[in-house]
Amino acid sequence: MAGQDRPELVAAPDETALEAAFQARVDAETRIEPRDWMPEKYRRFMIRQISQHAHSEYVGMLPEGNWITRAPTLRRKAALLAKIQDEAGHAAYLYSAAETLGTTRDQTLEDLHSGKAKYSSIFNYPVLTWADIGTIGWLVDGAAIVNQVALCRTSYGPYARAMVRICKEESFHQRQGFEIMTTLAHGAPEQKEMAQDALNRWWWPALMMFGPHDADSPNSEIAFKWKVKRQSNDELRQRFVDMTIPQADFLGLSVPDPDLTWNETTGHYDFGPIDWDEFWRVVKGDGLCNRDRLDARRSAHEDGAWVREAAMAHAEKKRAAKQNVA
Amino acid sequence: MTTAKEWPLWEVFIRSRDGLHHKHAGSLHAPDAELAIQNARDLYTRRSEGVSSWVIPSADIVASEPADKESLFDPAASKVYRHPTFYTIPDEVTNI
Repeated sequence: MAGQDRPELVAAPDETALEAAFQARVDAETRIEPRDWMPEKYRRFMIRQISQHAHSEYVGMLPEGNWITRAPTLRRKAALLAKIQDEAGHAAYLYSAAETLGTTRDQTLEDLHSGKAKYSSIFNYPVLTWADIGTIGWLVDGAAIVNQVALCRTSYGPYARAMVRICKEESFHQRQGFEIMTTLAHGAPEQKEMAQDALNRWWWPALMMFGPHDADSPNSEIAFKWKVKRQSNDELRQRFVDMTIPQADFLGLSVPDPDLTWNETTGHYDFGPIDWDEFWRVVKGDGLCNRDRLDARRSAHEDGAWVREAAMAHAEKKRAAKQNVA
Repeated sequence: MTTAKEWPLWEVFIRSRDGLHHKHAGSLHAPDAELAIQNARDLYTRRSEGVSSWVIPSADIVASEPADKESLFDPAASKVYRHPTFYTIPDEVTNI
């Protein structure tokens, strides 16, 4: 709950017993709460995952912000503004959840600005047309929802609670995106072409949002053991593909994958190989927009520093004045 | 990185409608109580989730120790006679 709730790092002689008790609680589906004893490795793992999730929400505002003044109607503009405000809110819930593990907000942001902490690579792709805004809502938020629904039962209480709230709010993000796509796909030929072009560019990066194949995902084993995650990257990716293809069919758009076929035997869609070289290139900083995004984030933070300092100084002055009266 | 002091942390409690308790909604950073109330509005009631809010500096919250969980809360587990279902009432007796 609170930032001062740093779990005590008990250097007890029977650390093994404490760890066994911790694992037993996890296995019994008891949520771990901030002041409970937890292995230092679990604490660090959760800080890393929750803060990267928070950074993704935060950086996710940047590609969309550019389109607020370019939204085609007032209805679309109001929706986009509300969506971006939600992303800020989601970042705030998650930063707070990370703070319950003993980090500070400043340190967490510093790790983002220095490049030490990552965020979802999807936000390093450029948003070229209005159809991209529709596609982001439909596919990027759609993929995020699949991931986040799975995290609503994650073992760390504050993270799970943030996920429940975020999932409730994010459903509108996907629906407003799909509405944009429906309008474009059923509009003039140029509009439909724009929608198809956006789908072509965003499809593969959206599939990459689920992370590497299970076999190449070094953190998966421990994440399963601690019930941080309960479904593998590949399972969630498959669920997303199965959900999304009928939606693309409805729009009369096709995903850019010549290998995509319905598999009667498995009851799932088979899809072609993902370009993991591209994935790792973007993760490591060489996507089209990595530098722009971080520069924008850093300058927003630095340019706003005087406001944060002035508000704090004002609050302290008022507090002092009140004490003098009393 | 700024060297200025971080804004303090506040806990936010929201009353979802009149007649109900305030319930913990989450936390936020704000320089003072006034801005904590403003930020709580933006952060926790974007979809009409509340009609009233409380904000409390997180540092002022006193919490029970997880280590005391058993001694504080377990004794109630054996006191089933505190629940109405513990008592046997003949079937023909109603309104009790």
